[in-house]
Amino acid sequence: MKLALNTFLFFNLAGIIRSMNYLHNIGAYFLMIKQIFRKPTKWSVMKRLIFNEIDDLIIGSLGIVAFISFFVGGVVTIQTALNLTSPIIPKTLVGFATRQSVILEFAPTFISIIMAGKVGSFITSTIGTMRVTEQIDALEVMGINAINYLVFPKFIALMLYPFVISIAMFLGIVGGLAACYFGGFVSIEDYIIGVQMDFIPFHITYAFIKTIVFAFLIATIPSFYGFYMRGGALEVGKASTTSFVWTSVMIILSNYILTQLLLSV
Amino acid sequence: MIEVKDLHKSFGGAHILKGISTTFEKGKTSLVIGQSGSGKTVFLKCLLGLFSPEEGTISYDGKIYSELSGDQKSDLRAEMGMVFQGSALFDSMTILENVMFPLRMFTKQSKSEMQERANFVLKRVNLAEDDHNKFPSEASGGMQKRVAIARAIVNKPNYLFCDEPNSGLDPKTAMVIDNLIQEITEEYNITTIINSHDMNSVMEIGQKIVFLKDGLKEWEGSRDNVFKTDNEAVTDFVYSSELFKKVRQMYLEERV
Repeated sequence: MKLALNTFLFFNLAGIIRSMNYLHNIGAYFLMIKQIFRKPTKWSVMKRLIFNEIDDLIIGSLGIVAFISFFVGGVVTIQTALNLTSPIIPKTLVGFATRQSVILEFAPTFISIIMAGKVGSFITSTIGTMRVTEQIDALEVMGINAINYLVFPKFIALMLYPFVISIAMFLGIVGGLAACYFGGFVSIEDYIIGVQMDFIPFHITYAFIKTIVFAFLIATIPSFYGFYMRGGALEVGKASTTSFVWTSVMIILSNYILTQLLLSV
Repeated sequence: MIEVKDLHKSFGGAHILKGISTTFEKGKTSLVIGQSGSGKTVFLKCLLGLFSPEEGTISYDGKIYSELSGDQKSDLRAEMGMVFQGSALFDSMTILENVMFPLRMFTKQSKSEMQERANFVLKRVNLAEDDHNKFPSEASGGMQKRVAIARAIVNKPNYLFCDEPNSGLDPKTAMVIDNLIQEITEEYNITTIINSHDMNSVMEIGQKIVFLKDGLKEWEGSRDNVFKTDNEAVTDFVYSSELFKKVRQMYLEERV
């Protein structure tokens, strides 16, 4: 009985401590967000940092995004075509289904999860390494707002993320077209008619609203885990993994909330 | 001059600094020594404003840090230079860019003026011009330390802080770095504080020595009287190496 009570108390206490840690992290995250916009770095320096981040985070991601989008678009088309076997379903539906999947979910959400891994772990490991090697301390000793100096350029660079997602949308649909051409599942005419069918412009707006929210999460959550990490090289690796997990969780959660808010009217 | 009065700092339940009071004079090289865990780094980080002490005051030429506004604190920090234990050079920048960084952040100088000043201080720390465009990862440990010193002094600071500046260096390079710091301190008349547990540094450049033990100031004095003191904690620390034991023996024999 006593053992059971002790075990119960131990697990409850561990749960409370863990919850306190989560609350502390959430509070620290929002304080960091506030700090991003305070005491800005000199514009001549910041301008250069922003261009560097655009190069690293946006331009550097185009290759992998293009590759994945093209082939996943093709796979979506093949899967749809192979599953629509009923003769009463028009073949134009393949193009329609590909367009809807790519614009609504694949490009904004799936690519964002990939970016959380690629860009997010890059952000956490670079900031984390700067923390470990005292480079962040060096900035703070000089009286520089290290959060503004390090996170703000990443935040601004990732505001160009919708540009990456529009490329992903375009290449996803082109990938479907290529699959039709090379696989012969549907005629190209039917596919193009399907792509143009019942187009709702608000779906593009919805996708870009999601993209902006995801860009904010991809810029800030990995920065938080990098900036506040403690320890050495091993902890940098652990922080990168944790940041990827939490960025993905937050992308999925905000995707659900935004979809409910924007499309279920 | 930096004046520290009754400085206390804790982390959670651990009381690290337990009321340290001392002064560091302008134009002199002061060393804070003590064993690992004695509170040297926390003390230095309090002086740098990276940690806020719970009690006590630190004044920089009469300006009490805790009473300054945010902007005044930033202005004061721009007057500080710091040489970190691991050099803390920005690895995305070349050596020249690292040294130009404080000028780029805090001055309105043109690029050529900044370059001229950076070249001047790099020359002062004896770094060849061929090395200016190297990245920190391509530089040796001694070279990185010299770049860190150059970056710390490029904006003409009033206060220079060094955290174990010669750790990981061979004895000859360590001596070169020690002498360089002392020369710069005297040449620019700045207040220099060095954290160290290297007795060679103490003997080379320790114009004032503050010995910390368990978060308290155990002893202070000059390098001339560090060998003469009867303080047991200091003698234990100083004579932990065989070389210094022999030096003390010679000193005592000479006295007899």
